[in-house]
Parts: sequence; structure tokens; C-alpha cells
Amino acid sequence: MNEIVPVVEMADIAIGFPGVKALDGVDFRLFQGEVHALMGENGAGKSTLIKALTGVYTIDSGTIRVLGEQKRFSTPGESQAAGISTVYQEVNLCPNLTVEENVLLGREPRRRGSIDWKGVRSRTREVLAELQLDHIDPGSLLSTHSIAVQQLIAIARSVEINAKVLILDEPTSSLDADEVSQLFRVIRDLRDRGVAILFVSHFLEQVYEISDRMTVLRNGKLVGEYMTRDLSRMSLISKMIGKDMEVLAELDQAPARTRASNGAGGTPFIEARGLGRKGSVSGVDLSIHPGEVVGLAGLLGAGRTEIARLIFGADKADQGTIRVKGAGQKIRSPRAAIDRRIAFCSEDRKEEGLIGDLTVRDNLVLAMQASKGWARRIPRRVQDELVAEYIEALDIRPANPDALIRNLSGGNQQKVLLARWLVTHPELLILDEPTRGIDIGAKTQIQKLVNKLAADGMSILFISSELEEVLRVSDRVAVIKDRAMVAEINNDGVSVEDVMTVIAGGNQ
Amino acid sequence: MKSLLKHRLAWPVIALAALLLLNQVFRPDFLSLRMQDGHLYGSLIDIMRNGAPTILIALGMTLVIATRGIDLSVGAVVAIAGAASCAYIAGSPDPGSPVTAATAVLIAVVAGLALGVWNGFLVSTIGVQPIIATLVLMTAGRGVAQLITGGQIVSVTNDSYKSIGAGYLFTLPISILITAAVFALAAVLTRRTALGTLIEAVGINPVASRLAGLRARNIIWIVYVFSALCAALAGLMISSNVTAADANNAGLYIEMDAILAVVIGGTSLAGGRYTLVGTVVGAFIIQTLTTTVYTLGIPPEVTLVFKALVVITVCLLQAPKARNLLSRLKAAPKPAAQEAAKEKVAI
Repeated sequence: MNEIVPVVEMADIAIGFPGVKALDGVDFRLFQGEVHALMGENGAGKSTLIKALTGVYTIDSGTIRVLGEQKRFSTPGESQAAGISTVYQEVNLCPNLTVEENVLLGREPRRRGSIDWKGVRSRTREVLAELQLDHIDPGSLLSTHSIAVQQLIAIARSVEINAKVLILDEPTSSLDADEVSQLFRVIRDLRDRGVAILFVSHFLEQVYEISDRMTVLRNGKLVGEYMTRDLSRMSLISKMIGKDMEVLAELDQAPARTRASNGAGGTPFIEARGLGRKGSVSGVDLSIHPGEVVGLAGLLGAGRTEIARLIFGADKADQGTIRVKGAGQKIRSPRAAIDRRIAFCSEDRKEEGLIGDLTVRDNLVLAMQASKGWARRIPRRVQDELVAEYIEALDIRPANPDALIRNLSGGNQQKVLLARWLVTHPELLILDEPTRGIDIGAKTQIQKLVNKLAADGMSILFISSELEEVLRVSDRVAVIKDRAMVAEINNDGVSVEDVMTVIAGGNQ
Repeated sequence: MKSLLKHRLAWPVIALAALLLLNQVFRPDFLSLRMQDGHLYGSLIDIMRNGAPTILIALGMTLVIATRGIDLSVGAVVAIAGAASCAYIAGSPDPGSPVTAATAVLIAVVAGLALGVWNGFLVSTIGVQPIIATLVLMTAGRGVAQLITGGQIVSVTNDSYKSIGAGYLFTLPISILITAAVFALAAVLTRRTALGTLIEAVGINPVASRLAGLRARNIIWIVYVFSALCAALAGLMISSNVTAADANNAGLYIEMDAILAVVIGGTSLAGGRYTLVGTVVGAFIIQTLTTTVYTLGIPPEVTLVFKALVVITVCLLQAPKARNLLSRLKAAPKPAAQEAAKEKVAI
């Protein structure tokens, strides 16, 4: 292998943003005729590495060689000129042009200064035939095709420009099983013809099906490069989340919460059956009783947040049913969910939680005020009482209701957002990564709060990428993998390792 | 003093004061008021009266802009309101009576209401971008106004109607009183209810507002209706002042003045926090600019250049790049800004 010059060789790559090292000393090699998977959780640096290779970001240090020749990409155009072609999840073609125009855009065969449309048609047919995609009509509008076909056409375009490297960034996230297998056939075909393919996906099984080698990143650093057949799913996961099995097993000795004694009796507050949405998640069966904490475990990107959004009506479900207190319900909007006493604390504080330029007070009473409507303003006296109560109960600092929320620390912002929902007295509280990016003190406070709320009879859906945390607070754990719910485990002495086995499980 | 300068209204107020002083230097009687026939006269009164339609429209525009929207159709609404009321008076059997005038006002207000509902429908329900949605009415509206007036300038003779734009009450021009009343109404409506906060929430972070259960659709609808109502009142004022409806020229380019007033007053076009007082100050600055040009004896064409300069300055001050440049010229960077940048990357 060492004799062969890699098509792409990136060495000691570093890219920093203010205050953060997005990539730090990462090496990456891509050989001719292989499918190479780039693995890591969200935020591990996968996209940053791809953007360095495609010239979207300029690297701070390190070298990029293409076929042994050192390159410096400062624009996407330079990368493309070096033979690197990328197909994104959201296809970057022109939907209002035809298939053939897209495939040959900017490279149309010409005759006497004008475009030779016959040539365009025959060249497109040739390329499509090479990929066994003869059924696609070159003259049809791109927008009339499904996303899957559009991706194949994007691939056809890179075949036409004779790309040496094809980068596929999450190509399968909105594809169904048949479409995936068609895509994989084309990928294998290209690989056999010597194209180097970089494949990024959150779907573990697909990665194992298609890739020959993989590079694992974690927190912007290189974990290692492995042959896919030599790396078990278990060890891949532990490399991605960065903990050895033994250490994980020990960590779990911490005392768990006292379980609610309600068991399976009574009507669940919420019961989802076969809940799903095309292109998002599918087959979610979940029920949560009053006073029960259900944890969602799974890798980042497995579909945990998507499930929360379906239950909360932030995205509309198109499969399955939801029953609230035994009665069938259609939850079409967040407002409809809130009216049914469901609250959702998003993982994306900044984009989906904070109203940055408003005060702590305004943010805290926002959900309550929204459900009362604009005309019935919560009297200032009541606002002050509520805000003072929760600032004290949750230890929000600074204890100043008139501070702008964007000036608070992450942990305190999170507490204000929690308080926003607690003042509405929800019966189901969905917490998506409530402890991410906050200090350990605030983290423990929030975990304790979850215990207390459940003891008071609230149903809680708890989402976290830290399995230890999920196990510490949950009565039951639903395991999410590859955008579907694969198992539900009763948390009676379950270890982190057990859960990881289930995540890794599948068709090994 | 330093904290006073930091107040968001500090610079607009200073600019207005400077303009007024400049006028006072060139015309020593500029700031003086005098009583004549029980009416108050003076340049300040003139500025307020001439600026009244712009202030009215800018108040409505402020709330629209606070939701991240914009309303380009206000000029057309001015024309339609004036056309509808004047056409009604001209065509009625008793064109001079107060009852006819009152009915005409009602017709204009209902027309404004309907047009606001239309804009709000396009933006909030259909989801058309505000600038496009209101552009529809901006262009089509003048046509509607011309249809109403039959392409003519419709003159009316009705003393009650004339008093809206040119009359006096308690020594003050009625148009100033109407504007003050609408300002008070808007202030109470937004600050004594939760409307103001919810408008700001939608403007600052629409996604988070939706997830907090806010019905943004209703809020957006309200602001477009309010904006059109303000424009209809302004249309009544303008047509009443000249006792005629001119479908082509009434309220022409007034949307630009209104937007400018909002921006000068310190409300960002990006939406979010707004200030009605700032908008009023902004509108006074624009009107005083116009007056200043006359006072200084500069040809009126230069007014536009003046306005252009103000727009450029304000836009530059709002642009992130220019701001960064300014803050880099100042002392060390603030830790809060770095923290924010860090968080952004971490996501």
C-alpha cells in the first residue's frame, strides 16, 4: 500500500475559529478505487475537513497533496480544477434546468461558437449509460426528479468532468431503501473504475456496507484510520465517543435515581405508535407515564432530536399516531403541543430557544404569555414574582431579571429556558441535550431537577449524548439508531456497555 | 453624561437638536411661536404639521419592521384612501355636509383595513416575502386609486373634511393632534399589552418564538393592518389638506421617508427591538432637513442629496463590517463577543 501514492493526502491539518480549534493535527489519506468513510459525531470536524478539501475553508497549517502534488485551495473552484467533486445532501444543481443542461453546465460541446445541443444530448446519454441510468430522460427538467435521482445526476456530472475524487456528504439521509441500493450500485461502479470516494453518513450499517476504510475524528482530532472489516461496530462507537469499554463500565457505578414505582399500570401521558416522517425518522413506539423519565439513547445524528420535534409538532408527522392521555391527537404545531401541556427544550439554545435581545424576564414568561395571547398581558407584579421564584429555585445568575439573556453564560441561559417551560406547568417535558456545553455544577443541578420533577408526577423525555447521564436519570431507555427506534430497555442495572451493544447491534 | 450618550435615542436627538439650532442661527425667529387668531404659528408647528403624515406612516412601519418585515405599499394606500373618500364626497348628493365627511372618513378607514388584511394575508398566511408581498399593492394600488378617481384629480368642497388636514383645535392643527393620538394609542397598545414584546420576539428569533408557542401569524397580521390604517389616516390628511385626491402623486415615495425615519430613529431593519419615540424623532429629522434646505436658501433638489447622505451614514453604521471596523478602532475586544463567537463555532 505504501508504494501507491494516495490521490489525496492531507497532513497535520489545523483550522481554527475564534476560540475553537475545529481541526487540530488531522491526517487523512484517500486512495484510488476505494470508498473511504469519514466517521465522527456531530462537531467532530467531518464537515470542516471536507470544507478544507473542497476549498471552502483555508487551512491554517498543514499540507494538502493531490496525486503527490502540493496544493493550496483557497476557493472551491481551485479544488474542482484539481479533480475533486462534491455531492451534497442538498443537491447543488439548478432545478429549473434540464438534466442534460445540468450535467454539462459550463462545459457544453460547441459548434461554430454556439452550443451543440445534439452533442449535449448524446454526451449526456453516454454518461448516464455508463452509470446504467439510461431510464433518465436527458431533456426532462431536473426539478421533476426525486432527490435520489438528482443526486445520481450530480454524480453523473462529476463523472463527466472526470473527477478523481468524489465526496458524498450525507447522500442517503433523505433516501429510501431502494434508492440507497441504487446509489450504492453507482458508487461501487465508480470505485471499480478507480474513482476515490469519500463517504460521510450517520448511518452505521450503510457505512459498513459500502466502505473499505474509515477515518475516525473526535473533537477535531484524528482518532485513527482503520480497515472497515477489521473494526467492529462496538470499537467504532467507542472510538467515536471516546471512551473505552472498561472505563464506561466503571463510570456507571454512580447511584441511579430512585425509580418511580408506577410500573406499567395506568394510562400513559403520551403514547406514540409507528410515529414517523418521510426523510426524517420512522417506526417510533414510545409511551411515557406520569412520573416517568424515558431516555433517548443513540449517536448524535441518529434521529433523537427528530423524534422530539415530531412529538412536539415542530415537524409534522406523516406516519403513525399519537395519543395523549389515551385520546388520539393530531399535533400539527408547537402551539398545539403546548395546549396539550407538552413542553420542548431544544438542544439548539441559540437558534431555537433564546430571544437574545430580550431580558431574562421577557424570555422566562414568553411561553406562558404566548399561550395567554397578546391581549392579556401577564401583570408586571405576577411576572416579577415568577421570575424571582425561578431565579432563586434554579440559582440563575446574575439574579437580575432585566439582564439581556444573551449576556448570560450557557448554563444560566439553559436554566432560564427550563424555567420558561416550568412556569407553564407542563405534563410532558422534552429535554434535548439540556446539559450540553454547561459547567458541571449546573449540570448536576439540572439532573437533580429532572429527578424532582418526575417525583412530582411530570413525564419527561430526556435526550443526551452522554449515555451515563441518560442511564442516571431514566426509568427506561429507548435506543435510536439510523433514524429509527431499535429497542427499548428497562433501566434496571443496565450498563453503558449494554446500551452500546444494542446501538452497535443490528445485523452484525 | 456618558450613560446618557449610550442611550439608544441619544444620537437621533442630538442630530435633531443640531439641525434646529442651525436653523435658529440663520433665522433668529425660527424657534419662536406666536399666537394669531387663536391659532399657534411658527416654524416648529409647520414642521410638525407637514411631517404628520410621514410620522403616522412611520409609526406603522416601525412595528412592521420590528417583525423583520417591510411595507412598501403605504404610499399606494395613501392614494387609495384619499381617492375613495374624495370620490365619495364628490359623488354624494350633499357634498358639503359633515355627515358626508364622516362617511368618507369611514370609507377610507375601511379601505385601509381591507388593504392591511390583504398584505397581512400574503405575508403571514401565504408566506410571501414582505418586500414582494407589499410591492404588489405598491404598484397595483396606484392603479386602483386611478380607477376610483377615473384618472382625474377629484376636488371637493367640504369644510369638515378640510379640517382634518388644515383645521385647528385647541390652538393646534388637527393633523398634529391626530398624529399624537395615534402615537399614544400605539404606545399603549404595544406596551400595556404583551403585543410589543411578542412583536420583538418574532422579529429577534422567529424559530424560537414558534417553538415557544407564539402564534406569529396573528402578530404579523396585526402589524400590517395597523400600518395600512396609519397610511389611510395619512391619506385622509394629505387629501384633506389640498381638498383633492391626486391618485398619481399623493403619498408618492412616502414609504421611503417612513422607512428612513424608522431607521434613523434607531430601529434596525433586521427586526427586533423597536422604538416608537425614536421613529418620531427620525421623522422630525427628515422634515427638519427639508425645512433647513429652504431656510438656507439652497435649491430644493439638494434635499434629496441631504437625505441620501443621511441614509448612507445610517446604513454604514448598521452594517456589521463597518461596526467591526469602528469597534476595532476602539479599545480591546469585549469578552462577551468572543464568547458568542465560540458558541457559534461549537454548534
